[in-house]
Amino acid sequence: RLLQVSKNYRSVIRACMEDMHQAATSTRDPALHSQYSTQVSILSAMELIWNLCEILFVEAAGAGPLLLRLLDWVRLHVCDVDSMVREVMSSENPAKHELFWNVVDIFVLQGRMDEARHLLSKEASANPTSVNMYKILDDLMKKMPVPGLGNTQTLTEMELKWQHWHEECQRYLQDGTFASNSHMESICKILLGDDDAILEKKELITTWYHFLVTRLLYSHPTVKPMELRMDLFLGRESSPESLDTILMAAFEFEMHQVIKECSIALSNWWFVAHLTDLLDHCKLLQSHNLYFGSNMREFLLLEYASGLFSHHSLWQLGVDYFDHCPEYGRVYLELHIERIPLNTEQKALKVLRICEQRQMHEQVRSICKIMAMKALRNNRLGSALSWSIRAKDAAFATLISDRFLKDYSERGCFSDLDLIDNLGPSMLLSDRLTFLGKYREFHRLYGEKRFSEAAKLLLLLMTAHIAPCSFWMTLLTDALPLLEQKEVIFSAEQTYELMRCLEDLTAGKSDKQKFQDDVETMKVEMLRLALARNLARVIVKEGTLEGS
Amino acid sequence: VMEDVCAKFVSQKISKTRWRPLPAAALQPPDLFATGSWDNEDNRISIWSVGHLGNVGLDGVYQGEPQLLCDIRHNGDVMDMQFLDQERIVVASSTGTVTIFRHHQNNQTLSANQRWEKAHYHVDQDTCCGGAACTGIICNNPEIVTVGEDGRINLFKADQKDAVRTIDNADSSTLHAVTFLRTTEILTVNSIGQLKIWDLRQQRNEPSQILSLTGDRVPLHCVDRHPNQQHIVATGGQDGMLSIWDIRQGTMPVSLLNAHEAEMWEVHFHPSSPDHLFTCSEDGSLWHWNTSTDIAEKPSFLHQGGRSATYLPHNTSNQSIVSAWLSNDPTKDRMEITNLILNQTLSVNSLDVLGQCLVYGTDAEAIYVNRQLFA
Repeated sequence: RLLQVSKNYRSVIRACMEDMHQAATSTRDPALHSQYSTQVSILSAMELIWNLCEILFVEAAGAGPLLLRLLDWVRLHVCDVDSMVREVMSSENPAKHELFWNVVDIFVLQGRMDEARHLLSKEASANPTSVNMYKILDDLMKKMPVPGLGNTQTLTEMELKWQHWHEECQRYLQDGTFASNSHMESICKILLGDDDAILEKKELITTWYHFLVTRLLYSHPTVKPMELRMDLFLGRESSPESLDTILMAAFEFEMHQVIKECSIALSNWWFVAHLTDLLDHCKLLQSHNLYFGSNMREFLLLEYASGLFSHHSLWQLGVDYFDHCPEYGRVYLELHIERIPLNTEQKALKVLRICEQRQMHEQVRSICKIMAMKALRNNRLGSALSWSIRAKDAAFATLISDRFLKDYSERGCFSDLDLIDNLGPSMLLSDRLTFLGKYREFHRLYGEKRFSEAAKLLLLLMTAHIAPCSFWMTLLTDALPLLEQKEVIFSAEQTYELMRCLEDLTAGKSDKQKFQDDVETMKVEMLRLALARNLARVIVKEGTLEGS
Repeated sequence: VMEDVCAKFVSQKISKTRWRPLPAAALQPPDLFATGSWDNEDNRISIWSVGHLGNVGLDGVYQGEPQLLCDIRHNGDVMDMQFLDQERIVVASSTGTVTIFRHHQNNQTLSANQRWEKAHYHVDQDTCCGGAACTGIICNNPEIVTVGEDGRINLFKADQKDAVRTIDNADSSTLHAVTFLRTTEILTVNSIGQLKIWDLRQQRNEPSQILSLTGDRVPLHCVDRHPNQQHIVATGGQDGMLSIWDIRQGTMPVSLLNAHEAEMWEVHFHPSSPDHLFTCSEDGSLWHWNTSTDIAEKPSFLHQGGRSATYLPHNTSNQSIVSAWLSNDPTKDRMEITNLILNQTLSVNSLDVLGQCLVYGTDAEAIYVNRQLFA
């Protein structure tokens, strides 16, 4: 299953390569073209490395099949062969083509025996004198034991067979069977695993890793990769490129080295993060903790995901990555999610949903508060309230209610009645909000001339301490018109209550304060008068016997 | 059927997908749709073609993934989008601008035809006139109504520079969507769970009717009117709840259906088979609600043998529809609800249905087309 995952990764890389290649060939801008082409080569290097890691680490093929996989790997990544082959095969007389022997050689070097033999047969038919040589060579090639091809023989059996075959080849060479044809002779030497013979074909092989695999094929097909002798191929002058170092580390099964070198060589964390994650799932990375606590896989994933968060739209993917980092993922997410710019309400809602799904209550509150403040600044009181309801933020709801009440005090009427009239159960979010709703209800009742109900509500607002003290004066002033009505509305008891409220209100003030505010004093006087008058009327009314 | 869904990865998060409307007497299925993206530095409006008449596969199903015909840069997130007619698309932007784009069929290009900058804006106390996102659009050629985060309603006419009418502060909260009830009446939904009906003939800037959810004032994000019954309206909420309303009766929803686990972004009645409803959500699912009275009897769409012409029957039996949506009880076997998405990942932001075809777009940067909805 993990092998399938690895293959999927590689097909993704290849798909990107395709797209890049398309873009490169279709663009007319030379700068863009070179940019795209660079990308293509980077992607192809990535696929090369990943493929090798897949063979060596994920699949971890045993000694026999390992070689086959490596051969496949080499065949896949040396593309020049195909064009050469096509050229030769499509010519009228392939055997006479100047590249003929090159193609045969490369087939042999890559262990593609059938194809080599097929080509050789053309040479044989064209050149009757070498028929004998050809038959022997062909026979040798046919008989070559290939490891792990679905056979059930053990490694030892295989090794024995191979030994016999090797000796046979040796005999033919020493007999001078191929002496007259240098091409065929060199092929025989290659079959024997002769380093010099293989090295002669340097231009065809092009890369040291191809050389390595070819050597393995013809000297020790059943053994794990030997020590590298790269210097043989390159010569002492040239120093290894980063790709070479990475591949070398892979061949030596130094996984951590591979990861380290890739991190240095590649500018983006995508490759190492995903490769490390895969290797980790294969249980190949020893969890030696880095000194700040998390393991390498988590470290790389965190780095990669943090990078995603700085992208304008890929932050959503980053969330998933953090989810899969058991130790520090949540902390990182908490820090990053608050920094996403929220330019529309819809985006804020998406971010909030992510937070709520992970029980990140702190972040929910803070984001809602930011949105609510923004709404308040833009005078969108309904929106602000909607955000505080989402966060269940009672304090903010109180703030908004105070804002409404302030507006009312200044203008004498309510703004946004559609909101206040339709608060519903959200009214209970904060006391101030409840008061606002009820106060508006009082005004509605008054407007509908349901005076006794209005009066009762008004009194309730004060006695049940729903109204803030700062508003009592306003409430009492609202009571004035009710007191002045022709019909008596407040009962005696209610009037006493009102009086008490008024006294409570004025008692707190010092003498100095009382004299300073003329309007206030006048209001208080008027109230006292109205209350007294009402009391008088109501006592009379209640004292009068009904129906007499 | 799942196999008929065609996916295309487009490297941009899709916020809106819309089929180009078919001309009145059209016989063929829809073949062209538009998409809008969001959250990119460079957002785009794109036109896609899907299925060519010659490209018929084995069982008469049109093969092939959507092909990009043309696209054009759009400033800001695409918040809403609707075809005004066969060539013009109206697009709402997060910058508060409303643009009409024209699709030139002869050379397959898009151009901006008309633009109303600052159709929606905030009057900030500190700075002046910051843009406010335009959240919803509805068209009835040539009229265009837009609503936004500034609580404003605009009535535009295509080719007319100034707004025909503007209702400032129509709502103290954000208006999320708008739809026409009649040619002179619109309905808006807002973020404190209210539906407001506005009579455009009247000059006063007050709604003629207000309906609201019982219980918590959950924000409403989308609305759609029944194609034949003008008094039936469906809304989707932030909690994923689907509500069906009868405008004539009372101020509360007729039914509440617990649907998605997160915000419902769009709700659509099927235009020619309105006993089918489709909703999509932030939770990554797309639901098909089927209240056909007889589930076994599917609406008689085409594809009984390949290339015969499409006919879209109009449901004349309104009675069954009325009873289906208004007096529904999901526990009875009358309603069949199916999630059309197998591998749920990121949010499905938008969907559109026309005839047998469904198109939807996701935050996973993909577009999906299903051309055999009622197979």
